[in-house]
Amino acid sequence: MSNPETKNLLEEKLRVINIGLDTFAWELDQQGVEVVHVDWSPPAGGDTKIGNLLSKLGT
Amino acid sequence: MELIEQANQNALRRLLSADPVLVDVIPASEAIPALKNHMILHSGPPIEWADMCGPMQGAIAGIAKFEGWATSLEDAVQKATAGAFDFHPNHHFDAVGPMTGMTTISQPLMVVENRKFGNRAYCALNEGLGKVMRFGGNDDEVLARLAWLRDDFGPAFGKALRSGDGIPLKNLVARGLSMGDEMHQRNVACSGLILRELAPALARTSTDNETLAKAFAFIGGNDQFFLNVAMAMGKSIMDPVRNIKGSTIVTAMSRNGTDFGIRVSGTGDQWFTAPVEMPEGFYFPGFTEADANPDMGDSTIIETIGLGGFAMGAAPAVAGFVGAGAASDAGSFTRTMSEITTGENPEWTIPGMDYLGVPTGIDIRMVLETGLAPTINTGIAHKEPGIGQVGAGVVRAPMKCFEQALFAFAESVGVK
Repeated sequence: MSNPETKNLLEEKLRVINIGLDTFAWELDQQGVEVVHVDWSPPAGGDTKIGNLLSKLGT
Repeated sequence: MELIEQANQNALRRLLSADPVLVDVIPASEAIPALKNHMILHSGPPIEWADMCGPMQGAIAGIAKFEGWATSLEDAVQKATAGAFDFHPNHHFDAVGPMTGMTTISQPLMVVENRKFGNRAYCALNEGLGKVMRFGGNDDEVLARLAWLRDDFGPAFGKALRSGDGIPLKNLVARGLSMGDEMHQRNVACSGLILRELAPALARTSTDNETLAKAFAFIGGNDQFFLNVAMAMGKSIMDPVRNIKGSTIVTAMSRNGTDFGIRVSGTGDQWFTAPVEMPEGFYFPGFTEADANPDMGDSTIIETIGLGGFAMGAAPAVAGFVGAGAASDAGSFTRTMSEITTGENPEWTIPGMDYLGVPTGIDIRMVLETGLAPTINTGIAHKEPGIGQVGAGVVRAPMKCFEQALFAFAESVGVK
């Protein structure tokens, strides 16, 4: 069942893309792991009422 | 929605095609005929005396004494408490004012005419730095300076402007941006540039060398002299952008020391308010955060037109002054504001950012989508009346204002 692309994931040098919480990227960086952080948060901060309105209003 | 995209493009066109010209300085009674005795215009959205912060009440006491409506500051406070004065926002009378934003009947107001659309906007003269009424100062020194502005400087300034065709402001601001101004907390270049424009006319129309020398020294000694010109310019630019059905562009941001308010083109002149936040920044020696008043003033009209915090990249020196980080961080503020604006201003560019146009046309949808609130460069007033400015910093517009505006806007276009 193992995916051949991920089988050796932890045995090879990790290159990480972190999306959202920057503390995860910081922790990895402190351990010498190569990491690119993407500053992202859910639209409207996760407020579904505002998010729904925004999608109807064309953003 | 197609309606919104077209409306916002229309709003941006109107904003960018403005042609603001400083044309005159006249008494407020002449500029705003609806302004009467015992009427006091203030910064920000509407507010009653009991809800006003210390500096605002201090300024009101001072201006009431200045106008002869009270015999002393104490008498003015008693009269204000008893309801003797009518309070209204500057924005309701085509005007703006920095910090406390006092506008009353006898004060001289600068007149900026938007020649593209024919509208006019007004702002009082900048008093200088230190203990001044816009920061709540109200002692004899403050009132004496206001009297000089009313009796000597204002009339001389107006006469000089009327002797020519006014001072076009768009190009002047463009040059200021290339010289390190962002027009909110740094106006060093533009204050010098406008003095250069004004000096020959002032000299030609003056009959007294001593008055002339004092006028030159006043402008030359005040690095923020241009701020109030830029504010009247901002108001003259944004007013023709009001009331465009379907537009989500912000037409005014303003604060009264208690509440922050915004207006949005598609929802007309309705205010959307939330408690104003505390600026974060640097304090003058002897003062700390504990002395600070929450943010105030109509000067956020500067950010509304894409300057101030939005043009921080043009003014690396300001980043340090307002405690926003290193000079090299200044550009990131401008880039971030590009995420909440609908366009760039091709005439107001930042050389140090490869001539990037300043981010222009704040879209409430983008503010809420990204969670990025407008960045505002601001002065910090002491929370007690009568003391004045204690620092400078950066403050964010409260997200609650934009949330309320979105709900009202959605209703206005029939979206639930």
